Amino acid sequence: MGKATRDAFGEAIIRVGGDPRIVVLTGDLRDSTRTEEFAEKYPERFFEVGIAEKNMIGIASGLALSGKVPWVCSFSTFVAGRFEVVRMSVAYQEANVRIVGTHSGIGVGEDGYSQMSLEDLALMRTLPNMAVVNPADAVETERAVEYLVEHRGPAFLRLTRQGVEDVTPPDASFEFGKAVPLRSGTDVAVLATGAPVGEAVKAADALENEGISALVLNVHTIQPLDEEAVLDAASGRTAVVTVEDHSVNGGLGGAVAEVLAANGAHAPLRRVGMRTFGESGSPAELYAKYGLDADGIARSVREALAA
Amino acid sequence: MDIAPADAERAALVDRLTDIARDLRVMDIRMITEAGSGHPGGTLSAADMIAALFFHKLRLRPEEPEWPNRDRFVLSKGHCIPIVYAAMAKLGYFDEHVLMTLRRVGSPLQGHPDRSRLPGIEASTGSLGQGLSVAVGMALSGKLDDVDWRVYCMMGDGEQQAGQIWEAAMFAGRHGLDNLCGILDYNQVQQTGKVIERLDIEPVVAKWRAFNWHVREIDGHDVGQIVDALDEAELVTGRPTLIVAHTIKGKGVSWMELDPAWHGKAPDEEKAERALAEIRGGD
Repeated sequence: MGKATRDAFGEAIIRVGGDPRIVVLTGDLRDSTRTEEFAEKYPERFFEVGIAEKNMIGIASGLALSGKVPWVCSFSTFVAGRFEVVRMSVAYQEANVRIVGTHSGIGVGEDGYSQMSLEDLALMRTLPNMAVVNPADAVETERAVEYLVEHRGPAFLRLTRQGVEDVTPPDASFEFGKAVPLRSGTDVAVLATGAPVGEAVKAADALENEGISALVLNVHTIQPLDEEAVLDAASGRTAVVTVEDHSVNGGLGGAVAEVLAANGAHAPLRRVGMRTFGESGSPAELYAKYGLDADGIARSVREALAA
Repeated sequence: MDIAPADAERAALVDRLTDIARDLRVMDIRMITEAGSGHPGGTLSAADMIAALFFHKLRLRPEEPEWPNRDRFVLSKGHCIPIVYAAMAKLGYFDEHVLMTLRRVGSPLQGHPDRSRLPGIEASTGSLGQGLSVAVGMALSGKLDDVDWRVYCMMGDGEQQAGQIWEAAMFAGRHGLDNLCGILDYNQVQQTGKVIERLDIEPVVAKWRAFNWHVREIDGHDVGQIVDALDEAELVTGRPTLIVAHTIKGKGVSWMELDPAWHGKAPDEEKAERALAEIRGGD
C-alpha cells in the first residue's frame, strides 16, 4: 500500500510553499490535513481560522481577490459541504481559491459517515468554473498540487485519509483534464477515479487471467471531464464500468452517464460507488462491503459483461 | 462671528456630501423604478454613508478600477447595490445611461453585484452573511503585503443574525485587523418586519466590543458624524472598527420609511414621482 494522498499533499505544499502568493488556512485540522509542517516553515502565511469553515472559505476568497493563492484545508465534507459559500464567495467571484478536501469517501473508515464526503464531486461539478481534481495516488497528488499553483480559477482537490495503491510512475507528468490509461483492453472499459483506481488495476489484472480484457482509465480530473477519452472507451467495448469512492449519483458515474447519453453511445453502464450513507469499519472492510476493492470491481465487470 | 478656515472647509464638505447623497437617492429611485424591481428601502438608508465613502473617504481611481492601491469596499448587503451603482456612475466608472439597464439581460448592473461583469465591484455578494469574511480576507492580504490601502464592509442589520458574521468578527478581532472598517446600516427593518420582532440583534454594540472591535455609534444620516467616524476609524490601531450607523429604512421618502413593504418592491411611475419630489425638496 502506498501513501495516503493527504500525506503527499502535505509534502507537496511545502515544496511549492516558497511562492509568496501561497497561503494555507485550516479549521483546527492542521494535523489531519498534513499542513503542520507548512505552519512551522511559513508561519506568516499559515492561518488557523478555527472551527468556522464558512468564514475560512470567505477569507480565502478575499485573499485570492487580493492576489494570493490560498489553500483551504479541511475534511472534504466540511469545506465542499459548505456549498453555498463555495458557490457564492469562491466560484461566482472567479476567486483563485484551492479547496483541499481530505478524508474523502468511505475510505475514512472507523469515524463513520459524518466525516465521509460522498457528495463532494457531485456538488463541485455543478459550478461551471470549478476545476475538480481527484488524484489516484501520491505521485499524482504531488503533480496536481504543482499544477494547481498556476491554474487560473477556483479548484477543488479531493484527497484520502487512508493509504492507496500507487499507480502513477514517479516521472509521470500531470495533464489537467486528461484521463490516463493504465491498462489496455478490448472487452470492457473501467473508468476509475481517486482511491479505488489501484483496486481497478488489480481487478483488471485478475480478469485478464479469466480471459477478460479490460481497459482501465484513471480519470483524475472530473471537471473538465475528458469526454473524448470517455467516448473512445465506450466505443467498440461491451460495457463501461465507473468506479468511485463517492455517490454513484453526480460524480464520475453521473458525469460519464451524461456524456454517453448526450452522444448517443449505447454501451451498458455499471456504476460502482455508494448508494447509501457510509458507516464505521476499517477502510479495507468497507471497500469489500461496498464493492470498491479489486474483488468487488471484478465482480461488477463480470456482471456488466453478462448483462 | 469668524469661522476658522478648517471649520468652513468641513462645513463645505458636509454640504457637498449632503447634495451628493440627494443626487444618489434620485438616481437610485429612477433606476429601480425603470427596472421594475429592487430593494429601495435599504438603498435609501445607506445613501448618506455611500456618499461619504465614495466621495470623501475611499481612495479610488474610477478610470483605473484595478488600481492596486485602491481602498476596497465590500457591500455585504448586496441587494442594496443600486445606491453604489449610482455613486459609481457619478464618479465615472461607467456612463450614467447604463443605470437604466439595471436588472436587464446582459447588463453589467446585475440585481446583486457581480464583480466579473462590472469593473470596480470588489466582491460579488447577495447571500447575506458572507461579505465580511471576504473583506477580512482582503484586509489579511493587506497586512501580509504591508500595504496602506484599507477595506470597508457595509453590512445590514438583518444579516447580523447570520453565524458567519460572528465567525468573521471573531477572526478579525483576534488578528487585530485595524485596516478593516465595518459599517452596520442599522435601518431597523428586514424583509418581513422589524428586526426587533424577527430576531432582535441587541445588544449589538456590546457584542462587537466583546469580539475586540472598536465600536462607534452614529446617526447614519448625519453626514458630519459619518465623516468623523470614518476619519476616526483610520486612527484606531490594533483593532478593526465597526461604525454602528442608526438609520431609517427608506430614509428620504416619508411613506417608505420603516415600512417593510418597501424592502423589496419598486415604486410605480406615479409613486416614483412623489418619491423624487420629496427627495429633491427635502434638506
